[in-house]
Amino acid sequence: MKTKAVRMPAEANTAAWFFLAPALLLITVFFFVPVVASLILSVTDFDIYGIANPSNTRFVGLRNYQKLLSTPDFWNALKNTFYFAFVGGPLTIAVSLGAALLLNSKLVRFKGFFRTIYFTPFVTTLVAVAIVWRYLYHTRYGLFNYGLGKLGIAPIDWLGDPHWAMPAIILMAVWKSFGYNMLIFIAGLQAIPEELYDAAEIDGAGPFRRFFSIALPMLAPTLVFISVITMIGYFQLFAEPYVMTQGGPLRSTTSVVLLMYEEGFRWWRMGYAAAVAFVLFIVILIATLLQFRLQKERA
Amino acid sequence: MGREGEVVSDLIRDFEKLHPGIHVQVQQIPWSAAHEKLLTAYVGDATPDIAMLGNTWVPEFTAIDALEPLDALVASSKDAPRNDYFDGIWNTNVVDGKTFGIPWYVDTRVIFYRKDILAAAGYNQMPTTWADWRASMQKIKSRMGARQYPLLIPITEWPPPVIFGLQAGSPLLKDDGQYGAFSEAPFKKAFDFYVSLFNDKLAPALSGSEISNLYQEFERGNIAMYISGPWQIGEFTNRLPKAMQDKWATAPLPGVDGPGASLAGGASLSLFKASPHKHEAWLLMEYLSRPDVQIKFYGLTGDLPARRSAWQDSSLANNVHARAFRDQLDRVVPTPQVPEWEEIATKVYEHGEQAVRGKKTIDQTLAELDRDVNALLEKRRYMMSQKKLAAR
Repeated sequence: MKTKAVRMPAEANTAAWFFLAPALLLITVFFFVPVVASLILSVTDFDIYGIANPSNTRFVGLRNYQKLLSTPDFWNALKNTFYFAFVGGPLTIAVSLGAALLLNSKLVRFKGFFRTIYFTPFVTTLVAVAIVWRYLYHTRYGLFNYGLGKLGIAPIDWLGDPHWAMPAIILMAVWKSFGYNMLIFIAGLQAIPEELYDAAEIDGAGPFRRFFSIALPMLAPTLVFISVITMIGYFQLFAEPYVMTQGGPLRSTTSVVLLMYEEGFRWWRMGYAAAVAFVLFIVILIATLLQFRLQKERA
Repeated sequence: MGREGEVVSDLIRDFEKLHPGIHVQVQQIPWSAAHEKLLTAYVGDATPDIAMLGNTWVPEFTAIDALEPLDALVASSKDAPRNDYFDGIWNTNVVDGKTFGIPWYVDTRVIFYRKDILAAAGYNQMPTTWADWRASMQKIKSRMGARQYPLLIPITEWPPPVIFGLQAGSPLLKDDGQYGAFSEAPFKKAFDFYVSLFNDKLAPALSGSEISNLYQEFERGNIAMYISGPWQIGEFTNRLPKAMQDKWATAPLPGVDGPGASLAGGASLSLFKASPHKHEAWLLMEYLSRPDVQIKFYGLTGDLPARRSAWQDSSLANNVHARAFRDQLDRVVPTPQVPEWEEIATKVYEHGEQAVRGKKTIDQTLAELDRDVNALLEKRRYMMSQKKLAAR
């Protein structure tokens, strides 16, 4: 439906502004001002000397960005972040879709119970979870290596080996966040009319055919929503490596946000850290636009 | 911070008994977060009255003008006399001629070694010069298997190359800390020595996380020497089996041509400028500095006292393993007192790893290290050129 926008009388506009004012004020103070401030920060060299006296800060133009793009540390962090997002993201979606299908099936009993169990990790504090998982991953006393030992597999130094540290973090992140996506998938599945399945069944479609020809296409909007939200969240990987590995071993779990945190709050190069934040913003923006584009092309 | 934060409340209780009018609130923070927390507290105007600071942080907190100079207080104090402290350690607290902290406990690096392995190679004690040390390691190596090494220095630690540099007389930074001095002759000599230990297979090129159980390797004789700090005395005592206890010892570090220098590490107590209770805070600092309290603190934590007189107490004087530390403390040198030092230190081992792994030549590595360090110090040079920072 396309209609020409109706122009409101002037007095109605004033009233609208009046009602919007509190929300706008909050957004301005807590969103636009900080964003503009950090954009300004990113073209200065505000650092520990600047904290002592703001007059020690210089305008450096795009030099922070230039420096950033020429340091291997940044590219390494970006690589780790992509690794986490592009392996962990699809994995989370697959696991949550699988769990949703199971819980939506007519054969499963105690649905409420399982839904709660699967959802619990999502509402648990990440730091507490990370500390417990650090025990699970312990090379000598951890549950994982105990299990592997029972299967006759040599212990893995989960968090100490550069090759295993990121997979270990992905595993934990998937476990932690699949419950939320699962609930959204269940909602999406329940919105699919039962008749479609019935009709397909009468036509002789098996369970796989029904899934790929009915459930998946009907879930497409849900899938896009979930993949965008998951990806944005995963690009901001921080707390897991911060608590579990401090970015090590050999910087193999240093994410872009962790790099930003280190530059900003460990070395106090706030200007440089703000530049990292903006580069990450641009990366996420591009990735999100790409996903919408893909979705449109398919539709 | 850390273990110190847990046990200090015992000492505080005694202090509060002595000064009934003063109530001390202790806030514990883990070491790993302490630096950030304190800086954030400064930005948010929420600094404590006094805090324990790693002594390498003192220049940084001085640069942001967070700390109160203590010279006048120290000069008139009976309980914290300057001359009872080790010089090298005290000097880590002096920035631009003013004192911004008093040493609380000290930390330096010495050698932990297997007496029996050294004796089998014909040495009754640790050699004291680089040449003799190397010769002893070569003798030990010739009696060892291919996967056994005389010395362990993890390549992800900055202290070993930095200590060798200090021993060879390198200032590490030059021109008032405006430029790196890593490609100059003294550091190059030290770095040559450091890298040759790996090239000659006297030390394995392992990172810290690749060493799964140091004590087991030590016990099995896969390693004969290890450079580390005072906390290892307790670990070696507890983790090595009884039969091993009379087979290990500590010794001060060898130097270029005689006993060498080591790091002046440790923690200091500093008073914050914004404190509204400076007098009471100073009383507490004095109390914690008393030799008898330092000994009590040593008993609780194993942290070595900063006062010479405290070392005369029997609990320390009778500890054979602590003796090497006492000896070493007379030869400790502070690292450059610039706020950028911690970051420079990480650069030293990051570049060092490249040379050890043979990816770059020594000259190349040191040139690149200087280039990186000079880039880090750019802001400092600007500050000094603008006379915003006093020259030392």
